[in-house]
Amino acid sequence: MRSLLLAVLLLPLQALAAGGGYRLDRAPIDPTDLMSLQSGARTFVNYCLNCHGAQFMRYNRLADLGLTEAQIRDNLVFTDAKIGETMRVALGAKEGKAMFGVAPPDLTVIGRARGADWLYTYLRAFYRDPGSPTGWNNALFPQVAMPHVLWTLQGERRLKVVSRAAEHAPDEFQWSQISPGEQNTVQYDATVRDLVNFLVYMGEPVASSRKRIGVVVLFALGILFILAYALKKEYWKDVK
Amino acid sequence: MASRLMALWDWFDARMPSVGEEFRKHMSEYYAPKNFNFWYFFGALSILVLVIQIVSGIFLTMNYKPDAALAFGSVEYIMRDVPGGWLIRYIHSTGASAFFVVVYLHMFRGLLYGSYKAPRELIWIFGVLIYLTLMGEAFMGYLLPWGQMSYWGAQVIVNLFSTIPLIGPDLAIWIRGDYVVGDATLNRFFALHVVALPLVLLGLVAAHILALHDVGSNNPDGVEIKKVKGPDGHPLDGIPFHPYYTVKDLAGAVLFMAVFCVILFFVPEMGGYFLEYNNFIPADPLKTPAHIAPVWYFTPYYSVLRAVPPLFNSQFPGVLAMGIATLILFFLPWLDRGTVKSIRYRGGLYKSALAIFVFTFLMLGYLGTEPVTVWGQAGAWLGNADRATVAARIFTVLYFAFFFLMPWYTARDKTRPVPERVTM
Repeated sequence: MRSLLLAVLLLPLQALAAGGGYRLDRAPIDPTDLMSLQSGARTFVNYCLNCHGAQFMRYNRLADLGLTEAQIRDNLVFTDAKIGETMRVALGAKEGKAMFGVAPPDLTVIGRARGADWLYTYLRAFYRDPGSPTGWNNALFPQVAMPHVLWTLQGERRLKVVSRAAEHAPDEFQWSQISPGEQNTVQYDATVRDLVNFLVYMGEPVASSRKRIGVVVLFALGILFILAYALKKEYWKDVK
Repeated sequence: MASRLMALWDWFDARMPSVGEEFRKHMSEYYAPKNFNFWYFFGALSILVLVIQIVSGIFLTMNYKPDAALAFGSVEYIMRDVPGGWLIRYIHSTGASAFFVVVYLHMFRGLLYGSYKAPRELIWIFGVLIYLTLMGEAFMGYLLPWGQMSYWGAQVIVNLFSTIPLIGPDLAIWIRGDYVVGDATLNRFFALHVVALPLVLLGLVAAHILALHDVGSNNPDGVEIKKVKGPDGHPLDGIPFHPYYTVKDLAGAVLFMAVFCVILFFVPEMGGYFLEYNNFIPADPLKTPAHIAPVWYFTPYYSVLRAVPPLFNSQFPGVLAMGIATLILFFLPWLDRGTVKSIRYRGGLYKSALAIFVFTFLMLGYLGTEPVTVWGQAGAWLGNADRATVAARIFTVLYFAFFFLMPWYTARDKTRPVPERVTM
């Protein structure tokens, strides 16, 4: 019976299947790396926070990343927002829908909805597609409404999909560079890693302190269990 | 100091003796069998989780907004801006799943040791009522965060009612208060979740425990301890619930809380099973998610629903099967014709039936969390049906076979003699 219970607990915790048969890369993020989080926050406010808002994230919460309020105000707040306000954008849902066909989603908890690997793969899977309304398409999220906002960094790329359906093998994705960006592949991957690191942090700012508190709570419960077990032993001595 | 307290108690007791009487009746002079094992922790743990849910729920209601425009945001503000809010929210979300874990294990204990058999049928019936109420409570609570899974899960479940012939469509509108799940639905589900159903739950739990204390607890041997009494009139194999089981349950509760806290502090989403990833996307009535899965504790029944093919273009047969799958639990005490209670003295027939049933229930639960395409398609000999659907159909038949064949296999089972007294 106990082994059965164990089997339940170990039921396959399967990863979400990727769309379009494009494989997810593992996002090499590190939530304790403050430099990476700060760099991600910079990329976020510069590139994302024009169309996408983060309406539940307050600017002053960025102090979690080791920044002072003055640093946040001077480097990361580009609007007339006060430091205690949330990261809103002027672009409303209606205008967004008119421009892109779908309103850009709020990104506060996108790290929790999509997961780091998905975001990391998605932001590195854009390619030029003259047939799409924006001129961009995405290998992971085909026909996505969002253009490649980071293209000045990554440059323009072309994608050729070689179908090997006859061999029951997954499609082969062949990437080639059309024009270079400001960053090479290694630098661009690092930029995206930092951005995803930040998005995951923003999804649950309390995540790291939650784990720290958890260690203390479990330690306390461990001591409490020793006491409770000793009490039980003492009372049950006389039960034959 | 101690004598002062005793004097205060005497003063109180002289004016309201029923408190002391009830304490003696239900705690210090309630004789419980001394051979309770691991499986007997889960009753007390259910009460612990109930208390956890009520207390954390009270604090959540202080900050939550039952309004379609504000609900999703208010949950995020609880997670970010309310001091300790994330802790309260995770306690409540982990507690919801923990409630079903302990209740399922508690029910399994009943199946193991025949705790539903005479004279304990009423305890079982109250228990099944608690289980059904808990399902309603969980379902309505799940709408409140107003994420995509909240919304579409509620849409799917309420639509089940619309398949009922004649009254269905009107019934569904009456439940929702709108033509689709909307603000009116959210508001009424909030009312039912925080006031109505908790009251029903508390009443049923009281009835469950009173009924238990009237006839006395069963035990892993399935013998009636009241049959053998000592010169003092107390069962020889019984020990006072307090202090023996209060201290034992205390140790069990601490261990349980440790497991609870591991989930709460380190994996609050539990891989998407306790908090679904899609529920971090705000509800969007215009965007149906590709894969709608209920939370894990409903998935066995969801599998049954999906497994039954539609008839005359109506999903009602599946809804009916799902309803019967839960309601059949009420009849368990009369379906079981076995002469012994405990699995220890049952024969191979019941043991195999129970093992198959447990496996069936787990497989139905697993399949319910996955899209029907999860195992690919079978060959042409099965009409290219989805393998998972075929499996779910087989398991659905096995689920019902456990109950419908029970009168047959329990009556024919080769049982072993039951001892006079309990064994430790």
